[in-house]
Amino acid sequence: MTYRFDFSAVLAQWPLFMHGAWLTIKLSLLATLLGLVIGTLCAIGRGSRNPFIANACATYVEAIRNTPLLVQIFLVYFGLASIGLKVPAFVAALAAMVINVGAYTTEIMRAGIESIHRSQIEAAECLALSRVQVYWHVILRPAMERVYPALTSQFVLLMLATSITSQISAEELTAIANRVQSDTFRSFETYAVVAVFYVLLSLGMRGLFWAAGQALFTRRRKLGTPL
Amino acid sequence: MNVAFNANHLQFLLQGAGWTLLLSVIAFAGGGLVGFVVALCRISPIKALRWASLGYVQLVQGTPLLILMFLAYFGLSILGFSLPALVAAGISMTIYVSAYIGEIWRGCIQAVPRTQWEAAECLALSRVQRMALVVLPQALRIATPPTVGFMVQIVKNTSLASVVGFIELARAGQVVNNSLFEPFLVYMLVAGLYFLLCFPLSWWSRKLERRLVVAPRLEAAA
Amino acid sequence: MTAPVVRLDNVHKSFGALKVLDGVSFEVGKGEVTAIIGRSGSGKSTALRCIDRLEKIDQGRITVCGHQVSEPGLDLRQLRRDVGIVFQSYNLFPHLTAAENIALAPRHAKGRTRAEAKEITERVLAQVGLSDKAACYPEQLSGGQQQRVAIARSLAMEPQVMLFDEVTSALDPQLTGEVLKVMADLAAGGMTMVLVTHEMAFARNVADTTIYMHGGRVWEQGGREMFDRPQTAELQQFLGNGL
Repeated sequence: MTYRFDFSAVLAQWPLFMHGAWLTIKLSLLATLLGLVIGTLCAIGRGSRNPFIANACATYVEAIRNTPLLVQIFLVYFGLASIGLKVPAFVAALAAMVINVGAYTTEIMRAGIESIHRSQIEAAECLALSRVQVYWHVILRPAMERVYPALTSQFVLLMLATSITSQISAEELTAIANRVQSDTFRSFETYAVVAVFYVLLSLGMRGLFWAAGQALFTRRRKLGTPL
Repeated sequence: MNVAFNANHLQFLLQGAGWTLLLSVIAFAGGGLVGFVVALCRISPIKALRWASLGYVQLVQGTPLLILMFLAYFGLSILGFSLPALVAAGISMTIYVSAYIGEIWRGCIQAVPRTQWEAAECLALSRVQRMALVVLPQALRIATPPTVGFMVQIVKNTSLASVVGFIELARAGQVVNNSLFEPFLVYMLVAGLYFLLCFPLSWWSRKLERRLVVAPRLEAAA
Repeated sequence: MTAPVVRLDNVHKSFGALKVLDGVSFEVGKGEVTAIIGRSGSGKSTALRCIDRLEKIDQGRITVCGHQVSEPGLDLRQLRRDVGIVFQSYNLFPHLTAAENIALAPRHAKGRTRAEAKEITERVLAQVGLSDKAACYPEQLSGGQQQRVAIARSLAMEPQVMLFDEVTSALDPQLTGEVLKVMADLAAGGMTMVLVTHEMAFARNVADTTIYMHGGRVWEQGGREMFDRPQTAELQQFLGNGL
């Protein structure tokens, strides 16, 4: 093997990688928040008595979960362009990621919602709480606490999946890696360094979610037991 | 000059789908083998093995598959090999699958009730015999639904092999689109083909999961 | 004489082919304590649940606190503000403390301010003897304590009538006493109560009227003398078995 590893040229680009990591974080957090809202609404919709709404949500979830993210990104990017909407790659990337993670979040939230026993809802209704109040205080809050670990894993996977948006030239860490490796001709070293960045981002994101969970779920913080 | 979508294009896409299936099978077979070893190491009484396998899993699960693809691709060329893109794709998918499926299977092995381990131990079986004769057969049953569910992930993730030039379904779609300039039509078709590959597996996984919950209750009642 | 707080008029209800209530009629006046006893399947829990519109009846009329429960156009939330119900399995919200469980409905269903809700919470917790458990989560409390919190939670809504659906059936015998004491205190304080129970001694000593249900009908009705001199063979057998 005549190849000589040279990490120095790649490591010299670390400000660029930091910038890329920041862009990845931005994209991930935005997609996470929007995906959570969509996922929760769709999970509620899945249980709706209205067959049209229930089937629409189910179809959306199945369609997304059985097709690759790469193809979904192409469809959103080219789809928007074909109806005349020229959006920046970041927006197309965000839209595709939100649509994608929304479907997976729906399934997770659905499991959480269904884990709430009927008797809880009955007790809440007998306390004269409105439908919306019952949903928020008695169904969604404990459901979210219960499925929080699954949500955390899902959103870390989301962050890793943002790498795929490099294929439509969205600005994030992998896109920057592609540029650096073509400039320095040190392809393996570049991707090895970027891999480490991603591992650190995953750990950081898990830590962030754990801290948020401790802050949000008082009962969990105080008692340490699962709900 | 815009060509209309014709049977040749469809055939090209279907060939791509065939390569997708092949890569999926390679990934499952290779990843399953390595993943099995990883799962056993994760619960090994030897501390070094436990830590090494944990590190491996954390590393692979913390890296995007796309980056693994690039690493395998460029890594192979550094080592002096000039192999088809399928090899790089196969290696990176094997590593990717091994980490995830290893964790799934570890969870399933640990889901076998402690009482089963103890009963086997009290029958003077060695650790290997306990694993092979008592625990693993039961773990297999628990593992089937999530494994089938993960197969769906494998098929979808093969789409990333397109970035290292392997002509599977997603790449085939890109090639067809480059001659047709009808991205919406082409990618909807590609999505439809993926759906046809994935949906039966998803449906089967859900069916297995339902049976897994119901069957033990029926057995207990009998 | 003032109108009864709860009135059932010839109520019929079936679950599919199974007739559970077969012409049930009774009244509960203000400040009265009515106990409903009977075997499993006699329809007593169903009758109670119909009062708070947890089940819909097929035929007949139910009037509660001036609400026509059996008619369409009922303001369900207003009914639930006037009726408090305590369940066999307590149904406390596990992710909230005892105090938060109690304060939730007064704040959001009655629009009380945070200060008002706090004051109500402290009052009802004292009433059930659990002032020191305000910050505890349900899993940290015993069954008897959880049931008392559940009673406090319903009391916090200041209802006109309280319904109790076999509230001690799920408790260990030594925890039953503390719950029954709270209920006896409530009765002494003038609360209108309807309780489905297996506690014969409680029904005999605390209830003003006891209704014995059998086969979906009110089989016998009376005060404490009903326990001493049951008129029908079914009630004699029921009391004789000590069930």
